[in-house]
Order: sequence, then structure tokens, then C-alpha cells
Amino acid sequence: MPIEVILPKVDMDMAAGTISRWLVKDGDRVKKGATIFEIETDKSTMEVESPGDGTIGQISAKEGTVVPVGVAVAFIFGEGEDAGAIRLPAAAPAKATEAPKVQIAASELAPIPAGDSMKPRATPLARRIAREHGLDLAAIIGQGPRGRIRADDVQEHLHKPQPAPVERPTASSDDYDLVPIDNMRRVIAERLTLSKTTVPHFYLSAACDMEKLLKLRAEINAVEALPKLSVNDFIVKALALALRQVPEANASWSDEGIRRYRSVDVSVAVAVEGGLFTPVLRAADSKTLGQIGAEVKDLATRAKERKLQPADYAGGTTTLSNLGMYGIESFAAIINPPQATIFAVGAATRRPVAVGDEIRAGTRMDCTLSCDHRVVDGALGAQLLSAFRDLVESPLRLLV
Amino acid sequence: MSHPQAARREGDATNQRPFYRTFPPQALKEALRRMYLIRRFEEGAEDSYTRGLIHGTMHLSIGQEASAVGSCMHLRKTDYITSTHRGHGHCIAKGADPKLMFAEFFGKEEGYCRGRGGSMHIADVESGNLGANGIVAGGIPIAVGAALAIKKQKRDDIAISFFGDGASNEGAFHEALNMASIWKLPVIFLCENNKYGMSVSTERSMAVEHVADRAPAYRMPGIVVDGNRIEDVSEAVMEATARARAGEGPSLIECKTYRIRGHSKSDRNRYRTKEEIEEWQGKDPIRHFELELIARGILAEGEVDALRTAAEAEIAAAIEFARNGTDPIPTEVTRDVYTP
Amino acid sequence: MNAPITRELTYSQAIQEALAQAMDADPSVFLMGEDIGVYGGAFQVTGDLVHRYGEDRVMDTPIAELGAAGVAVGAALAGCKPVFEFQFSDFSALALEQIVNQAAKIRFMLGGKVSVPLVMRFPAGSGTGAAAQHSQSLEAWLAHVPGLKVIQPSTPYDIKGMLLAAIDDPDPVMVFEHKLLYKMKGEVPAEPYRVPIGKAIVRRAGTSISIVATSIMVHRALEAAEILSGEGIDAEVIDLRTLRPIDRDTIIESVKKTGRLACVYEGVKTLGMGAEISAIIAESEAFDYLDAPILRLGGAEAPIPYNPVLEKAAVPQTELIVARVRDLLTGRI
Repeated sequence: MPIEVILPKVDMDMAAGTISRWLVKDGDRVKKGATIFEIETDKSTMEVESPGDGTIGQISAKEGTVVPVGVAVAFIFGEGEDAGAIRLPAAAPAKATEAPKVQIAASELAPIPAGDSMKPRATPLARRIAREHGLDLAAIIGQGPRGRIRADDVQEHLHKPQPAPVERPTASSDDYDLVPIDNMRRVIAERLTLSKTTVPHFYLSAACDMEKLLKLRAEINAVEALPKLSVNDFIVKALALALRQVPEANASWSDEGIRRYRSVDVSVAVAVEGGLFTPVLRAADSKTLGQIGAEVKDLATRAKERKLQPADYAGGTTTLSNLGMYGIESFAAIINPPQATIFAVGAATRRPVAVGDEIRAGTRMDCTLSCDHRVVDGALGAQLLSAFRDLVESPLRLLV
Repeated sequence: MSHPQAARREGDATNQRPFYRTFPPQALKEALRRMYLIRRFEEGAEDSYTRGLIHGTMHLSIGQEASAVGSCMHLRKTDYITSTHRGHGHCIAKGADPKLMFAEFFGKEEGYCRGRGGSMHIADVESGNLGANGIVAGGIPIAVGAALAIKKQKRDDIAISFFGDGASNEGAFHEALNMASIWKLPVIFLCENNKYGMSVSTERSMAVEHVADRAPAYRMPGIVVDGNRIEDVSEAVMEATARARAGEGPSLIECKTYRIRGHSKSDRNRYRTKEEIEEWQGKDPIRHFELELIARGILAEGEVDALRTAAEAEIAAAIEFARNGTDPIPTEVTRDVYTP
Repeated sequence: MNAPITRELTYSQAIQEALAQAMDADPSVFLMGEDIGVYGGAFQVTGDLVHRYGEDRVMDTPIAELGAAGVAVGAALAGCKPVFEFQFSDFSALALEQIVNQAAKIRFMLGGKVSVPLVMRFPAGSGTGAAAQHSQSLEAWLAHVPGLKVIQPSTPYDIKGMLLAAIDDPDPVMVFEHKLLYKMKGEVPAEPYRVPIGKAIVRRAGTSISIVATSIMVHRALEAAEILSGEGIDAEVIDLRTLRPIDRDTIIESVKKTGRLACVYEGVKTLGMGAEISAIIAESEAFDYLDAPILRLGGAEAPIPYNPVLEKAAVPQTELIVARVRDLLTGRI
């Protein structure tokens, strides 16, 4: 009866192993106890011995393959025995059941391109009803396969009384109310979890002297004929020009290579009820402050009314998040994949600053730049933040 | 292996042969005029084509005028013909108007087929011309069908199926002859054997020496005639026509002839020799008939020129008519697919 | 006006009655085919017609489909109205030259100056164990050709009415008869009547899904609809009846009502009836009413097998229709 050579369990919690090297080949004579192959483990390489005397054959696992523990990888034949004598047990490859699970998980976590992230699945009828009622599909829950929005789903959404309690009894207990997750929330959850868990973030901070900028802004806004600018408009421009000066940071990581974008498109975070949108200002570096101001206003208004088109929020090569109006001094933001940077700015506040050896009152705004370390190293990030600060602190440069 | 040879008919050279006894001088001159018309028509079409005025291609029957005219001399308007892709001569022999034929070649609404059919599908159903056909042997069973209809309608009309040597190797030929024979239909199978299918000679493609050798296999008379002598063709067709109208069934007539031009306009004549072409040009059917008519005192020398000139003028006018015709409107591309 | 007297006839009896009544009414109508005379036809459709109308009007042809089809074309051009029977639809392949290059195109090529009033009948379909070369559903081949009309009547009432309409029709009409329907019984009026070519009919009204079917699949779809109604699925079943020209309006209106479409047919699924109906809907105003993917249930991508289990598996059966429609309606697809 041929002797089975199995893949042995050599580690605690080992379900499968990789044969890293065979020391014999089909037809070799082996002696019991002699090393016939090696297994790679996390810690080291283990030698596996022959369980008997005879001729080894029917080697079925090549070097480098993963084999579940307990599976026969070869047989040792005695005198006069051959392959016909093998009684194979019912094969139960554990890895087969594992693999599909892994694959599904991978596809769910696949990076969603920033542009397509908000494009929901919906039937033609659902789209039409939504269109006719001016509804944004992104706000509707699809209950069809793969989250497909069907006509019924749109109808449900339409007839949902606002903001009174929903008609359909939601599961609630004494401890909590269950709030359904709409499309936008789901996408935010998926993308930012993906970002935080797979993108190697690091953070750079700087405090910018806002005196000159605030003064310039006041002067411009005092002129009746000129559009009224917000501080944010200047910051957008500064960010865009800074990226123009440090183009290696205006990029994305991809498996085929790092994409250096030719245009500087700034995504501007806009808070809406229930979540946020990041509409994009295209070619922000080439727009005037007035144009930036007008566009941001328009995009923000449409975002709040849920009237953005996918074209408005697709793409973007960096993001600006400004929580200054909420009184936040500083914070670090999570990168929007596949972008490589995100700027978080807080409020411009009066605080003690050192001028030479003296302490005076100055106006500073804290900026934190989050970088994707695969694309932007520390020095490059510093360059970018530095360029940004220089522009903010010499705001006349923003006008030229 | 020898097959029973089809009888080869040599006409006797006296005035008494049936051809000259049957047709009065006017009819004979008309036949010659038709031959000129066909010749000039083909040359005119060729000329227009080489000037880029005609779309597609064309298959010229220059040199085959005797078999076309000789056959159709016996036909009434209610008799049918089906023809081949080389069908201009048959059409004119059956009475078609060269004006409307040229209009068709130029793709105009005034054409026989309103510009939808072109050279290979010229037809004039009202005068019994069921059409040229772009499929080799496509028209043979159709002619048998027309003969079947004639018999059912108890008419004494007939149908002639014109086809070439190549068609006699198609399955449809054999099926059609078989059915015409078992049902004793009034159809004449008229083969114009010009020695070549497209480029492959009869020697290389046909198991028998003469197409007419196939007739006994379908229990019908088969005869071989000199296709370039109109009197030989006509007499054979006369006999076959009489048989058919009398309800005695079909016949197969093989006209040995030759096409002076290539198969189509793309033919480079790589498969035959200049000598062969020249040899057959020496047997020009029109010249032969002219000489016969002059020798018999039916035609004067001066009349020859007059007939030729008249034919040329008619063709020239026809081309002019066609060139000024009406182009179809693109949005009418699906008109006449179905009967309204 | 009196209601027509109807009585129960089989599908093949209805055909025979149509042929006889057509011959009674018009002396130019005659029949051609292999073994349609004293043998009575391979499927006993022509039966004793030869004894009633004579060999001249019920003509046995030699086994020569190409030539015989050409004879039919010629006869149609010369004032007759032939009704040509192919013994099996599969043999139409031999005659495609005369059907497609001649019959379909002569009118057009001749500038509309003639018509070809030809009818051809094709026993088609699988289920008799006749295997690959005697079981095909080739209607899609011919429906692809402008100049032809193609019909697939599914009931004894329809086959009689549509065959009479086909014989009336000045253009070539191809009639596909499913062999398994020949013995089907139905009420058929004794008098001649016409059922129009080019009109579909709703066999069962419903609201959940539009099932468009042809020939024998109409009956399987109706069976499926019964079963599904017990599960709260209310299917509308449309008998397409004519494959060229297709009655777009009936289908579009139905899909606008139900929002869902399934096509069920025996011909090979790819590039068949279902592909055309799906595209018609996608191009039409019904597109904005679609609330689910379109389903096509057609013949397998294989010749019809001999083995009876495989033969059944090669074409849609009632159970398959039920299962797939259920999947669609319960959101599994």
C-alpha cells in the first residue's frame, strides 16, 4: 500500500502551507527520515521528512503552491506498487472555499474612482420618475439586486413624509432609533474607510500669518464694483497655485504608475444635511478670485439643493476642507481617494505670536496637509505646504 | 465513353431553307437591325462604363447576337423569357427599349427597374421578359415555373430559358430539366455555350463534350447548332417552339458561340488566347447575316449602312435620354420592397 | 349577423381546410410539395386533397427543393398562386437561393413592377426525436430578409385565418408550423375568414410582466402564467404571430404597462426573435418604463440532440419559464 506524504501542520493556527523546495523528484529512492521537502512559514523554513522507505512518486504540489494541511502531496511506493494502488480520499480543498470569499471582499473594497462614486444603479423607469420629480438618485435607497433603485423605491422616497416619523415602522428599541443608510452615507462610509485603511497617511502642519490676506480682502470687498470675496476663495487660489508650483504633488497613485495631472482641479468640501459633497473647481489655478468665488457659491448652493450633476463632482486632484466657520482651530482630514493630498484649514484666530524676542498678538490660521505617502514624501509635502503658506502670507501673488 | 451525339444541323445554302421561307424580308431586316442594336448597345454601354458614367460592372454579349435574336424571332409578347447576367441582348431581342435600358444602367427612375435593379436584373414583365438574373442558373427553374403556369392556364404560349455553359453544371439546371420533362412543360432550354464559365473552360468543368449531351438524361431532344449563324439558331428554335406549343414538352438547344469581351469589366482575359479571340471575331454573326442577306438579294449594300447608322443614332439618343434622367431620392430606399 | 359556426379541428385539419377553401375560391391556387399527393403529406396535412382537387392542383414534386422552389417562383410570376410545402423546415436550406435571392427580391429589383404571390409552408421545431437536421426553427433566417413576410400561427383558429391571408397576400409569405402543434385542437369557424398578418395578440392580460412568445412557446408561456399567478405574479402573454413584420405597437404598449419583458421562443437564443424584441423596446418610448432587465429564453447554442432528455433541455420548457420569471419578479436578477 503506497504511503501518503502529506503537508504537515508545523505551526499553531496553520491551515495551509507553501512548499518552498523539493529535495527529491518523481522516481527517486527515499529512506524514512530523510528530508524530502521544505515548507515556508512566517518565522522560518521547516524541513519535512519522508514517512517511509521506497520510491517517491505522484508529486502533485509544485514549489510555491499553497497546500492545505493534511492533503497528500506525494506517495511513497514499495516494491511492485504503482499509481493504481493509490486510494485517494475525497478531496476537500479548504482553500477553494476560502478563495471566493477573499475575492468578493476584494471587489467590494476595490478603489472607487472619485468620479463614479456617486453614480447609482437605477432602472430606466426609476430614473424617469426621479427626473420628473427633481429627485437626486443619490438620496434614494435602492432595494433591488446590487442596490438597484427601482420605481417602487423612488415612489417610497417620494411619499416618505418629512420630517415626521416614517410610515414604515422602523426597528427601534428603547436605546436607539435606527436611521436608514442612504446612498450618500453609504458611499462616504465605504470610501473613507477604504482611504483610512489602505492609504498611508501622514500629516504636516503650519500656521499661516493671515494679516496681509485679511487686509487685502477687506480692501477688495470695500470696492462696490468688485465681487465680494470670502477668505476661502483666497485659500482655494493659494492651494491651486501651490500645486502648480509643486506639480509632483498634483498626482495620484495607480498600479500602472503615478498619474501626474496636467490640470489643478480643487475639490471643495461642502457640508449638506446628512453628509457632504465635494464639487470640483476645474483649473482653479487659472481662475481669478472673483471667478472662484462665484463658482464656489454656485456649487455650494446646488450641492445643498441636491442638484449637482455627476460631472460637477467627478475628478479633482486635491481637496480643501475648511471648518473655520465652525470655530475649529485645526484638524487633520482624511484623503479622498484617489487624490494624494487634502488640505484642512481652521479659523483665522488672534493669538500670541513671537516677533523676534517679543510676544505680540497676531492672526494665524492653522493648516494641516494630509499626504498619501506612496506619492508624496515628507520633503515634497513640506515643499507644498511651504509654497502654500508663502502664497497666503504674500497675497498679492494671488492676484497676478 | 461515348454519349449519343446531339445531331449537328448544317443548313443547306439554298433559298429554300426554312428560315428564309418562314420570315418575309421585312422581318429579316428587322432581325439584322436588332442585332446591330444589340452590338451598338453593348459598345455604347462599354464606352459609358469606361468613362466612369456607369456604376458596378457589366457582362457584355458582343459576338452572341445571333442566338439572342434568332431565338426571340419566334416569340410573341405573351411568351416568356428568363435570362442571365449577360442579358442585354436577350432583352433587346425580346423588344426592350434601349432608352429605358440605359436609363436603368444609369440608375434613373425612368429605367426599366426604376434604377433599383441595374444591368443584371433588367426585366420587362409586361412583354414577357421575366428578367436577367444575377445568380447562375437562377432563371432556369423560374422559366419552368412560368411554363407550368402557361399549361395550367391552358395557354399555348411558351417560355425560353437562356443560360450559359456554366449554368448547366448547377443543380438547379438538372432539377429544372427533370421537372420540365416529367410534367411535359412548354419550355425551351437555350444554352449559349461560349466555352467558358467565368474563366474555367468547359473542357475543365463539364463531364460531357456538349451541353446537349445532357438532354437524353432528361428525356428531351437536344441539339447543337452554330450559335453564330442566325438561321441555324432560328430553325432549331422554330422546331422546339412548335413542339412546345403542341404540348409535346421541352427541348434543349445548345448554341456554340463566343463572347468577344471578357466575362465582366474586371476580366483580364488571362484564361484564353488572343488567337482564339481573333479566330472568333472572324466568325462575326452580324457580318455573316449581312452577307447572307446581300447574297440573297434581300438587302442592298447601301441599306447596310443605313441600318447601321440608324442603330447608332438610336443608341446615342438612348444614352442621352438616360444621362438626363431622374435620380432616385435616398429616403425612398425601401420603396417597393412590398406591395402596398 | 349570425355568429360563425365553429367546431373543433386540429391544427393540421385547419390547414387542410384553408388550402381547400383557397383552391375553391381561386383557380390559380395550387399546391406543390414532396409526397403531398396520395401519401397525404409527411405530417398528413394535405390528406385527401389530391383526391378532391386532382394531381394538377396537388402536385407531387421530385426531391429537388431548389428547382421546385424556383418553379414556384416562376409560376407566381406568370399568374398562378402556388402554395409550396417543404417537408421539413430544415430543407429550406437547399432552396434558399430561390427564396432569398429570387422570391424576396424580384419585386424590388424590378422597380415594383411585379409581385411574387408565393406561399411556402415549413413544418418546424423539435420534440419528435428527429434530431438535428429535422428539428430546426429557422424562421429568424428568413425574417432577416426584406421582401419576405414570416408568420408563426400558434392555434388552429390562427393557422387557418393566417394561411388564407397569406394566400391572398401578393408578396411571398413564409409560414412556420410547429410539428408538435399539428395535433392541437381548437375551435375553428367553418367559413373562410382572415386573421391579419403583422398583428400580435394578447392571449392573457396581466400587469407584472409582458411575455412575448411565438408558436409552441405561447402555450408554454400560458401554462407558466397560470402557475405564476398562484405566486402573485400576473403575467401578460403576447402571441407575436408574425415575425416579419413585427407588431411593435402591441409590444410597446404592453411593456409600458408592465415595465418588464421576457421573450420566449424556440429558435436559437442568439440573434433570434428575443434579440429583436429587446432592441425594439430599448429603442422605443417603452425604455423609460422598463423597471427590470429584459429576459430572453430561447433555444440552446447547439443542434437539437437526439436523446429525449437533451432534446427537451435544448429548448425552453414551462418549468424554465416559471423559474426565470419568478427570479426576475422576486429581485434575484
